[in-house]
Amino acid sequence: MSAIAPVQQLPRAAHTGRVTQARVAFSEWTKLYSLRSTRWSLLAAILLTIAFPVIFAAVTSSHWGSMNPHDRADRHPLDIALAGVNVSQLAIAVLGVLVITGEYSTGMIRASFTAVPKRLPVLWAKTGVFALVTLLLMLPPVLISFVASQAILSRHHILQISFSHAGVARSVIGGAVYLMLVGIFALGIGAIVRNTAGGIATFAAIFFVIPPLMNILPTSWNNAISQYLPSEAGRQIFSLTHGNHSLSPWPGGLLFVAYCALVLGIAAVLLVRRDT
Amino acid sequence: MIEARGLTKDYGGTRAVDGLTFSVRPGVVTGFLGPNGSGKSTTMRLILGLDAPTAGDVTVNGKHYREHAAPLHEVGALLEARSVHTGRSAYNHLLALARTHGIRRSRVTELIDLVGLHDVARKRAGQFSLGMGQRLGIASALLGDPSTVMLDEPVNGLDPEGIHWMRTLLKGLAAEGRTVFVSSHLMSEMALTADHLIVIGRGRKIADTSTAEFVRQASGNVVRVRSPQATQLAALLAGPEVSLTVLEPGLLEVNGLTAAQIGDVAAARGLALHELTPQQASLEEAFMELTREDVEFKAAQLELDEAVA
Repeated sequence: MSAIAPVQQLPRAAHTGRVTQARVAFSEWTKLYSLRSTRWSLLAAILLTIAFPVIFAAVTSSHWGSMNPHDRADRHPLDIALAGVNVSQLAIAVLGVLVITGEYSTGMIRASFTAVPKRLPVLWAKTGVFALVTLLLMLPPVLISFVASQAILSRHHILQISFSHAGVARSVIGGAVYLMLVGIFALGIGAIVRNTAGGIATFAAIFFVIPPLMNILPTSWNNAISQYLPSEAGRQIFSLTHGNHSLSPWPGGLLFVAYCALVLGIAAVLLVRRDT
Repeated sequence: MIEARGLTKDYGGTRAVDGLTFSVRPGVVTGFLGPNGSGKSTTMRLILGLDAPTAGDVTVNGKHYREHAAPLHEVGALLEARSVHTGRSAYNHLLALARTHGIRRSRVTELIDLVGLHDVARKRAGQFSLGMGQRLGIASALLGDPSTVMLDEPVNGLDPEGIHWMRTLLKGLAAEGRTVFVSSHLMSEMALTADHLIVIGRGRKIADTSTAEFVRQASGNVVRVRSPQATQLAALLAGPEVSLTVLEPGLLEVNGLTAAQIGDVAAARGLALHELTPQQASLEEAFMELTREDVEFKAAQLELDEAVA
């Protein structure tokens, strides 16, 4: 530690003006890139998004000759290309929760709300910056995993699919859009729960525990309800085929957007009301 | 300028701050003194709008803190609890805060140099010692060149050099016409730094007075007198405003007269004095006495209320 400056008078600084939403967004960008957890989580999400389709494609390609027709029918090239999205969503969700709960656990939130006492600009800026960063960083991996898995499967004509084929471009880009929305949803959960472990557990319950639990319901109920769950509705954004008991891409996607808006809305109301 | 009117805060049935009314004026250092748990930190969180008051109101420079367009230019605050992400460097922490107000990078570097964190500015704040964390907090408080500076226990964790630096800094800030509001649980520290004192105990205001006046009242007027003719002297000194305690044969403690007055009385009657020592009650003792009286006063008042009812 260096010696304290002998000059004890605080140097004056020109007052630069008011807090604006754009300035808060710039501040949140600074916060996001200056943490190691951000870089590691995003790197993990990128690697998982690419690695799973590559492995899946390689295994499918080498076993294709020995697979029975039923298993072959189960292997859809676009499912292979986007297999990583299902895995990397966990990394994105954990980061989404951490973006806000990390401030509560360290006390940083007090500094944030002292600088921006109206509070809501912080929530909007965090959400906007994280969503944009996730979308821009996850688009290349989904495109790479599509191209890479298709290249690995090139020996099998039946597993070739064109990017211009109806719904393919929407599904591939939809993979990145879905991950962005998962991030927003998780951030909202984190802002409500204000605790890292609790936030991740809540997200996991909604996305990974409740959907399989639906199977204990009578089939007709399960079919009627499950398609409206956040995870099921969101999945339609990057699914090429849609069953009888699932929503189409646009209604499903919009419903997931509505879930995100709902969670953020609750977070916003609580953020303004609660003591910090 | 900070103005609180009937400021009250309950946490789940416990009253942490109880009807505080005070104002903190610019140009002087105002000490906010009270034992641990007396509601100082809560009051500061209420001033910043981090917590909402149960009743009452507090404004800074004429407005609620939340309503200021550029809050960091109005108030710079150091809170007692750490308010820094442990994974972020000191430089990036300050930069993130600066960017909410469009404050330039050069100002961040300037503040880091001012508080002496230049060599560790790129280290993660989680690795900082208590003193370094405190300096980082002070840098964030001064970032916006605020007209009001509010520091919760700023000397906590500072070494003697740092404490001296802090005193000089606070006095300098006040001399520049800023409002300086500093909390402490150490009376001795406040006596050296503050011009004015607001003393609280159990969330209630006990005193709101200049430090000089507080010290004068607290020190009292006690003189130790040793004399072979102590009994005779005691009879001469006795009066309505004077209280006498015989500590041992030949040794008196006189409250209510100065050493000069006692000496004059003894000389006039030709009584020998072997010792004549004015006693300074320590400030710490006076402070404890004051806050204890508050508790006893409340108990006494309760009994009185019950008796009336």
